Amino acid sequence: MNAPQLVGQSLRKRVNDAGFVVDLLLRTALSLGFLPRRTRFTLDMAFNAGVRALPVTMVVAAFAGAILAMQTGIELRRFGDTGVLGTITALSMCREMGPFITGVILAATVGSSMAAEIGTMKVSDEVTALEVMSVDPINYLVMPRVIALAVMCPLLTALTDFVGICGGSLVAAQNLGVSQTLFWNSAYDALASSEHFLPKEVYVGLFKALVFGTAIATVSCAAGLRANGGALGVGLAVQTAVRNSVILIIVLGFIITWFFYFLAG
Amino acid sequence: MIELNDVKKQFGDRQILAGISLSVPRGMNYVLMGPSGSGKSVTLRNIIGIVRPDSGSVRVGGMEVPTMDRDQLMALRRRMGYLFQNGALINWLSVAQNVALPLQEHSKLSSSEVDDRVQDVLRMVGMQNSAEQSPTDISGGMKLRVGLARALVTQPEYVLYDEPNAGLDPIISHQIHELIAEVRDRLGVTGLIVTHSRACAVHCGDRIGILENGRIGLEGSVAELTSSGHPLAKAFLGSGAD
Repeated sequence: MNAPQLVGQSLRKRVNDAGFVVDLLLRTALSLGFLPRRTRFTLDMAFNAGVRALPVTMVVAAFAGAILAMQTGIELRRFGDTGVLGTITALSMCREMGPFITGVILAATVGSSMAAEIGTMKVSDEVTALEVMSVDPINYLVMPRVIALAVMCPLLTALTDFVGICGGSLVAAQNLGVSQTLFWNSAYDALASSEHFLPKEVYVGLFKALVFGTAIATVSCAAGLRANGGALGVGLAVQTAVRNSVILIIVLGFIITWFFYFLAG
Repeated sequence: MIELNDVKKQFGDRQILAGISLSVPRGMNYVLMGPSGSGKSVTLRNIIGIVRPDSGSVRVGGMEVPTMDRDQLMALRRRMGYLFQNGALINWLSVAQNVALPLQEHSKLSSSEVDDRVQDVLRMVGMQNSAEQSPTDISGGMKLRVGLARALVTQPEYVLYDEPNAGLDPIISHQIHELIAEVRDRLGVTGLIVTHSRACAVHCGDRIGILENGRIGLEGSVAELTSSGHPLAKAFLGSGAD
């Protein structure tokens, strides 16, 4: 096989994979009617996702907020303008860093385990067994996971935003001489100045998190459902799930920011 | 009745089924034997509609399986049971929950009726004392028995058995064979059994078919095949070893 053929084959595979994910997302949406029947399982999934990701998310959020305040504060101090540190930290966390950090951690912890669980079920014929029992694997396995992560990602993001701002406030007070009152007032002013129920920075960030959660779960379940070839196949499915989730988080994050801040004003 | 007529299936360049034809009359067990990779499991998967043949006819209860839409296929599968080689139990459900799953998904039975039905089939396969155990805590033979209970709990008309005694010791194998024969005799279930085991064929099979080059190379009762002197019959039934 020559180089163009290899490129063509690789492209065909990527398009095929993307088509599978989109098809899975649509079929998951169509199976939402089964949600009442899967409530218990969905809540279990949501609880597991939250518990599994919470500690690491909070640690990363606190340090990310602290680093953000520190790096920004060093520059602002040169201009004697450290009073806006709260504004910058709060806006950065809510708009971008909160959803991004939460998404990446969920992809690495929960998304990978979803791909491994479903991949193991696939290679050990459990998914086939469901089909044989006329149980649709989409509404039994995929839909509860997608709903769980779509709900948990915004909730975790809200916590990440708050903990990140707390981390920033500590650094601002300890290292940059910005009082807690000034920092929090500045952060509050930045987020509260809105005619909407939620400030734009917060709702765009939470919307991003909702999209990230849905994307991570769908991509991870798709990777699991396409696993084959035993343990090696499951390992590859996990790798594919995390890689594709992180790529999607970045691309979708860009598109959503562009849409809300440039296209829709 | 299960009927396959000139069924062909190819994966890539490899022709797995090259015109297999067989029929399993109602209430009988048909044992399908053949070398590894000869297409035995693919045959079962064609019958239950997981795999579609490239050509040929697959009929279950008079209905053509490959042309069924999704709803028809799901309706057909509710009348069928399938025993996987490893049981294929869902790991996060208990033994009883695994067995109850098809009933909870499709029947309109109350939870107490489901429990009763689950207890009945677990008792039938001798697993009533393990109802609350996790599949990860039970042996391979027990998993198979639970898998059989799950296949039977919906009171199917047809059961497909994929290597029901693979990797089991002779004592557990014998128990499984007795169960399969009992399912036919007591419940009148039509069975298609894929196996390498002579003991399974002798104990459970009313009719034996041996696959050769993607089609049935030899067919008959155990007595007919063993007395035929055919090399295939000798290879699969003649040695007496299991």
